[in-house]
Amino acid sequence: MTQETPKIKRSIWSRIPLIRELAQSVGWQRGMLVAGLVIIVVFLIAAAFAQWIAPYGYNQLRDDDGLFGAQVPPGGKHLLGTTVGGYDVLSRVIWGSQTAFLVIVVAVVLSIFAGIMLGLLSGYFGGWLDRVLVLVCDAIYAFPSLLLAIVMSIVLSGGKSSLFFGILAAAISITVVFIPQYFRVIRSEVVRVKSEAFVESAKVIGASNWRIMFRHVLRNSTRTLPLILTLNASEAILTLAGLGFLGFGIEPTAAAEWGFDLNKSISDVAAGIWWTSIFPGTAIVLVVLGITLVGESLNDLADPRLRTRKRAVAVDVDSAEIDEMEEAI
Amino acid sequence: MSPQASGSEVLQIDDLAVTFATDGGDVKAVDGVSLSVRSGEVLAIVGESGSGKTVTAKTILGLLPETATTSGVVLVDGDNVIEVSRARLREIRGAGAAMVFQEPSTALNPVFTVGWQIAEGIRAHEKISAKEARARAIDIMTRVGIPDAEHRVDYYPHQFSGGQKQRIVIAMALVLNPEIIVADEPTTALDVTVQAEILDLLRRCRDEFNAAIVLITHNMGVVADLADRVAVMYQGKLVEEADSVTLFNSPQDEYTKRLLAAVPFIGAGTAKTRERAKERAEAGPGTTVVKAEGLEIEYPGRLGKAAFRAVDGVSFEIAAGEVLGLVGESGSGKTTIGRAIAGLTRVTGGSLNVLGHEMLGFREGDFRPIRHDIGFVFQDPATSFNPLQTIAECVAEPLIVHGKAPDAAEARGKVDELLEAVQLPRSFGDRFPHELSGGQRQRASLARAIALQPKLLIADEPTSALDVSVQLKVLELFAEIQKQFGFAALFISHDLAVVDMLADRIAVLYHGKLVEEGIGEDVLVAPKHPYTQRLLASLPVPDPVKQAAKRKELDRIRGLEREGVLSEAE
Repeated sequence: MTQETPKIKRSIWSRIPLIRELAQSVGWQRGMLVAGLVIIVVFLIAAAFAQWIAPYGYNQLRDDDGLFGAQVPPGGKHLLGTTVGGYDVLSRVIWGSQTAFLVIVVAVVLSIFAGIMLGLLSGYFGGWLDRVLVLVCDAIYAFPSLLLAIVMSIVLSGGKSSLFFGILAAAISITVVFIPQYFRVIRSEVVRVKSEAFVESAKVIGASNWRIMFRHVLRNSTRTLPLILTLNASEAILTLAGLGFLGFGIEPTAAAEWGFDLNKSISDVAAGIWWTSIFPGTAIVLVVLGITLVGESLNDLADPRLRTRKRAVAVDVDSAEIDEMEEAI
Repeated sequence: MSPQASGSEVLQIDDLAVTFATDGGDVKAVDGVSLSVRSGEVLAIVGESGSGKTVTAKTILGLLPETATTSGVVLVDGDNVIEVSRARLREIRGAGAAMVFQEPSTALNPVFTVGWQIAEGIRAHEKISAKEARARAIDIMTRVGIPDAEHRVDYYPHQFSGGQKQRIVIAMALVLNPEIIVADEPTTALDVTVQAEILDLLRRCRDEFNAAIVLITHNMGVVADLADRVAVMYQGKLVEEADSVTLFNSPQDEYTKRLLAAVPFIGAGTAKTRERAKERAEAGPGTTVVKAEGLEIEYPGRLGKAAFRAVDGVSFEIAAGEVLGLVGESGSGKTTIGRAIAGLTRVTGGSLNVLGHEMLGFREGDFRPIRHDIGFVFQDPATSFNPLQTIAECVAEPLIVHGKAPDAAEARGKVDELLEAVQLPRSFGDRFPHELSGGQRQRASLARAIALQPKLLIADEPTSALDVSVQLKVLELFAEIQKQFGFAALFISHDLAVVDMLADRIAVLYHGKLVEEGIGEDVLVAPKHPYTQRLLASLPVPDPVKQAAKRKELDRIRGLEREGVLSEAE
């Protein structure tokens, strides 16, 4: 809670997204948010500094002492052992975060602008444009994203891809599936905001459609974007992992990729070699969990009805803000 | 008027305090309130929004949200509702104390029949067959004055009018014969003629069912009409409590005096209007700003349904510098006319000429330059500002759009002048809309409307969302600004007394038709059309004695109506 900060002039610090939410949160909601944030920070650090954190390169098979050897159990030189291909598991897991991060960024950048723009136009102008766009988006919902990703990967690079094309295949398939989601969310918000009195007052003033759309409507329609963003991010990772697992992923020599490593460790599981599958699998689960936790708590905190607050202590407080509270009831 | 001391005390509130946890820290909503109500008595709790009156009422039924911390004693028939178990609280709700909500259209569940909803309350408390419950529902509906209850018990809420819905909500509250009925602004959402009927019904609840009624309201006229005793609340504290005749005749507390003085009453604007009429006569006839002839506006119907005609053959004129007050109930088409003049709604027939521009079949592109000369003040100040822009940016918007300033920073000097004109401190320009109170926001809204010095200002119920004391200040400001800038104005309101304060001429709309038009004195003192007469008679005056006399007059007019002079509104 921000008891010490006065109502009118909030410090700049407390207005930064995430920090503000963190300060607002309380109890288990805060726990969820903190846990998610910690996971994401660790993930981001791993992605940014993989070069220095990871003991070996993602495609390194030997060091000065010779080959690592395949399926070496954890311990000694290889903290988490080595894979069937002879790569260091720890290094592959750390380098994999870089690939995952790239997929998230590319997928989000590709889909968010198109989705928002289409949603804004469709919601604001309505009419036949709106009907056509909604129909197209509904049709796209019927596409399984993984199937689309496989097709993309074949189209782009004949199935076996490099870092660039592997990421692009996953990102494009996600883009196609996610544009309709951004579209839907923004459109419904725009339709709601469009009927608000302040939009009408802009119209009465004589503002042009473009000015109303971008100055008044768009900025008031982006409330739910953070949630979609986080869902989008975790979906992107899962699709990339799925592609890798099915064998359409990125070559181990091009980049480290968790799904590919999982795929290669299938036979190991039966043989009692647990370390090749557990660690990349855990990495996928953790990152998706972290992102989802943050998304969920942001969603709860954005809604005053879902937000939990500290219980009031019966002390004297200036009653000037009572009307605000009466509105909240 | 009240059956004094006839009943026993059924509700006792002792030193009640309620504190809320909010994002801005803890807020004390109710602070040391003590009250009691006897059966067969109506206690009105009055106060502005934020005075804690609704919170007090909700405590009686244990309806406060989890963020509230309550202390003190609230005895309903011997049970302290603050401390009782949830199971006991459920028993008390409905049977011991029932609630009538403000907005009848949201208090009823749209997917169940009203009979089912009334029966649900009975069956939650008594073991009773569906058939019996239905019979009880029909009985209670008849008693609250729903005609043809045997059939209409199976109707859904949308098949009733607003006033009838509120009757059903009251029926739901009455069906278990509770000792206390808490009515939270039961007539605020209703038209004034319907309001009078609901107040009659509540009076019958007291007399026939011998229920104690806690009436929460901000309307002093309603208080004068119904209440036996009045408690005035201000900032969470009880400032005055007295029986209603005493309170209205000799208020003790400063706040009560201010509150009573702020209530608009008919006749307040007569002197001013005369003066203005004289001034205008000296200035000679001005040009016509708005001219409507046989104006028709239709809303297209859904598939297979006929279009809805909101405005039907209305003719009027507004001369330069003149204020026309447009009065009517909800659905009378008054807002539609205002929106049509501003080009927000399309005209479908007749002729509407705004500043020399014909609005029938207009093109937005041709009309846009004319918007320069039209200002608009919206009803709800809370939503008419972009919440993400500061007040200065919002007020600067018309200047930027019409090329008077390149951006908000450049326009700031002019914005400061405008804010001063509407009596807001310059520093408020840096605040965001939600950081202003309702009255301040409406001032800023007025500043934005006059930014381009328009020739015509349309004010659509600009004060109906405000408290009485704030309303008076905003109306005074409006009159002052109008005098200073000399624009013509269309002032739309449902409240005759408010219109009387400002308007040079008053036009009364009824079901899309203009039934009466003339200068304030004529329309309000000697109304010709029976609808205007009924409207005037329905408007409760803040004086219990006068109101009692007025009620008789209303009964007389209703009697005439029954003989077929005026068709039934509902």
